Amino acid sequence: MKVLVSVKRVVDYNVKVRVKADGTGVETANVKMSMNPFDEIALEEAVRLKEAGVATEVVAVSCGAAACQETLRTALAIGADRAILVESNEELQPLAVAKILKAVCQKEAPRLVILGKQAIDDDSNQTGQMLAALLGWPQATFASKIKIENDKAQVTREVDGGLETVSVRLPAIVTSDLRLNEPRYVTLPNIMKAKKKPLENLKPDALGVDIAPRLATLKVVEPPKRKAGVRVPDAKALVDKLRNEAKVI
Amino acid sequence: MSSYVAPLKDMRFVLNELAGLAEVAKLPGFGEASPDTVDAILEEASKFATQILDPLNYSGDQEGSQWRDGAVTTPKGFKQAYRQYVEAGWPALPFEEAFGGQGLPKLVATAVEEMLTSSNMSFSLCPLLTQGAIHALILCGSDALKKAYLDKMVAGHWTGTMNLTEPQAGSDLALVRTRAVPKGDHYLISGQKIFITYGEHDLTDNIVHLVLARTPDAPEGVKGISLFVVPKFLLKPDGTPGERNRAKCASIEHKLGIHASPTAVMVFEDAVGHLVGEENKGLAYMFVMMNAARFSVGLEGVSIAERAFQRALAYAKERLQGKDLVQGGNTVPIIRHPDVRRMLMLMKSQTEAARALAYVVAASMDFSLRTKNPEEQRKHQAFVDLMIPVVKGWSTETGIEIASLGVQVHGGMGFIEETGAAQHLRDARITTIYEGTTGIQAGDLVGRKIAREAGATVREWIVGLRNFDAELSSSGNPDIQAIRICVSAAVQAVSDSVDFILATASKDPNAVFAGAVPFLKLMGITAGGWQMARAALIAEKKLATKEGDQGFYAAKIATARFFADHVLTQAPGLAATVTRGSAAVMALSDEQFLAA
Repeated sequence: MKVLVSVKRVVDYNVKVRVKADGTGVETANVKMSMNPFDEIALEEAVRLKEAGVATEVVAVSCGAAACQETLRTALAIGADRAILVESNEELQPLAVAKILKAVCQKEAPRLVILGKQAIDDDSNQTGQMLAALLGWPQATFASKIKIENDKAQVTREVDGGLETVSVRLPAIVTSDLRLNEPRYVTLPNIMKAKKKPLENLKPDALGVDIAPRLATLKVVEPPKRKAGVRVPDAKALVDKLRNEAKVI
Repeated sequence: MSSYVAPLKDMRFVLNELAGLAEVAKLPGFGEASPDTVDAILEEASKFATQILDPLNYSGDQEGSQWRDGAVTTPKGFKQAYRQYVEAGWPALPFEEAFGGQGLPKLVATAVEEMLTSSNMSFSLCPLLTQGAIHALILCGSDALKKAYLDKMVAGHWTGTMNLTEPQAGSDLALVRTRAVPKGDHYLISGQKIFITYGEHDLTDNIVHLVLARTPDAPEGVKGISLFVVPKFLLKPDGTPGERNRAKCASIEHKLGIHASPTAVMVFEDAVGHLVGEENKGLAYMFVMMNAARFSVGLEGVSIAERAFQRALAYAKERLQGKDLVQGGNTVPIIRHPDVRRMLMLMKSQTEAARALAYVVAASMDFSLRTKNPEEQRKHQAFVDLMIPVVKGWSTETGIEIASLGVQVHGGMGFIEETGAAQHLRDARITTIYEGTTGIQAGDLVGRKIAREAGATVREWIVGLRNFDAELSSSGNPDIQAIRICVSAAVQAVSDSVDFILATASKDPNAVFAGAVPFLKLMGITAGGWQMARAALIAEKKLATKEGDQGFYAAKIATARFFADHVLTQAPGLAATVTRGSAAVMALSDEQFLAA
């Protein structure tokens, strides 16, 4: 069984994100970048499936600028067998990424695609769902447990009320939640081996995908600074404020 | 409490721009060290250091290693961290592939070692001593010994120790008394060794002690010392640990710092040992490894300095106290006060200078071992030999100064253990002592490295610095011109001091050795200033071409300027001490010291 995992290069989670002076986006120049943590979990799960003898091959895919190769090398060091970069310097929105991944899926024919449930930069939480819809495959999002049996994936999902277990027929799309697993530390021998593993470079054009943005970003601003609070004299005043000022009760 | 962040930007800058990683990677056998692979290694090592080792640093210090009935328990979490360290394959990084290593350059290993040591010096000592033992076996061990021990040690499954010191034999190893009596194909070792780092622990299922001892008819003094392998558990025919050897840990020391690292008193009672190399050559073998060991301790100075700096910086940004001197207004973080900034800049600039010098020397070590060009080999080896006592002595003395400044930035809270600032000062304190005190380093520098060869290498270095002055003078940047004036004065100070040393060494050795440590410091700040000046020149070019992180390069020039004005300016004063200060050092009678 071939498993495909998408990995996104994002601003590292330790970095304090700054908005660009012209308000067009966030500053990414000279900022530490790393693999989206949810994608790291997705990849870890795929590698564990391979180690358990369930998967036979793990392919990591990234979409974006040439620098995404670094993220793919990390994926190869974690345990992916090969990697594909769909290279583009354009802004790639979730729909464009989903279309690219659809084309890659048609080429690669994986039985299972695992994606991070969202990327920590734009928090869109859309790509996995869109990909499932475009392919017409079943989807199981926010997975905290995956079990493959009889050409089906039994996926435990984290939902508001607790846990829900669904069974989806393969090929299927699964998106990973935080508690699916704890990613491993990359070993030195695997870092050294990673550079010898194949890394294929494709272009959206060659895949016949239209990546034109459908959404326009009007302005990016930092969240307003929290204002100082006020002291209320008693509970009655608090209730009054919550009801009439904040209008939350 | 602030956590450690690996200074990867500065490390990459030093590796690539100052130490010439690209050139090192062209040396035979180093083809794997391509920039992207090295980047990936640095990233993963920084993850390991920050996520696994750093969280155990303070708790390890508080708990310490514990001794009971001959067994040592390392602090909570150390065992698992060590297992993860082994599983991740880090122990094999610097060793040749023939012995199961990854064959990476010393330069790359140096950056990784800095991160491990910054995040947890106590932990890092175990791999460090193991590396020393591995090098000894690779260089001097028989094929049988290599076969029995190397794979396991390179993989980190067994650790190694260095048993040199005895109660009466510290810096002076001529006084070693431990006996080795031949018996069949092995020797029986008896005696007591002290200060044995990780001499006993619970991290692995065997410990390989390397022990200095005397055979029955050995000559007196240093020419009668041999080196033996004494495993904690004797090996069964299948190579796995079997019977317990008579090498016991009698106790561990209660120390000022590095509490998590067990410092053992080892007692050997007819313990089975195997000779390494030939009889009576033990000390010569030790000397072969000495450069590597002294270099590593010098790097500890850099590592602790970086950690202490980061902690002080975090506190200075957080602690609100006093008003801005110019703007007044509300209470401000103390980083806004000029004197606190001065302390932080002293910490930052000296750490960066010491890092740059250490990495440049590491690159020279790679060249000296791998280049096929004999003239290049000679030059690099001579430079390494000259600079090892400087890296060891100056970086560690500076490390203590910086850790002490770290306490000072914290004010009263720095004196309180909970902030963690005090631990760095306590941990740093050993670095100027073990692997040869600063006095021993300085003696090595003025005696063996300068006087004995009539100043050939140091004068070659001075010529290089004077040629570098031309590069500095071509810059139109006022900061770089100011730096140039200070570098030039420091080079003159070194040159004057070297003249004094060469003219005086044979007729009045006391006069030279009395000023040896000030001279070592002079060499350190001059070499560090040289690297900071090189860094400033490169930064200037990157700013002109708008290439890379402009904020980093602007800060580099300002930091180099600070180092010039606050540190390099001490050079002429040190030269005065070296050339004029000895008479007063030697003036008093022993009785006159105490005016009671």
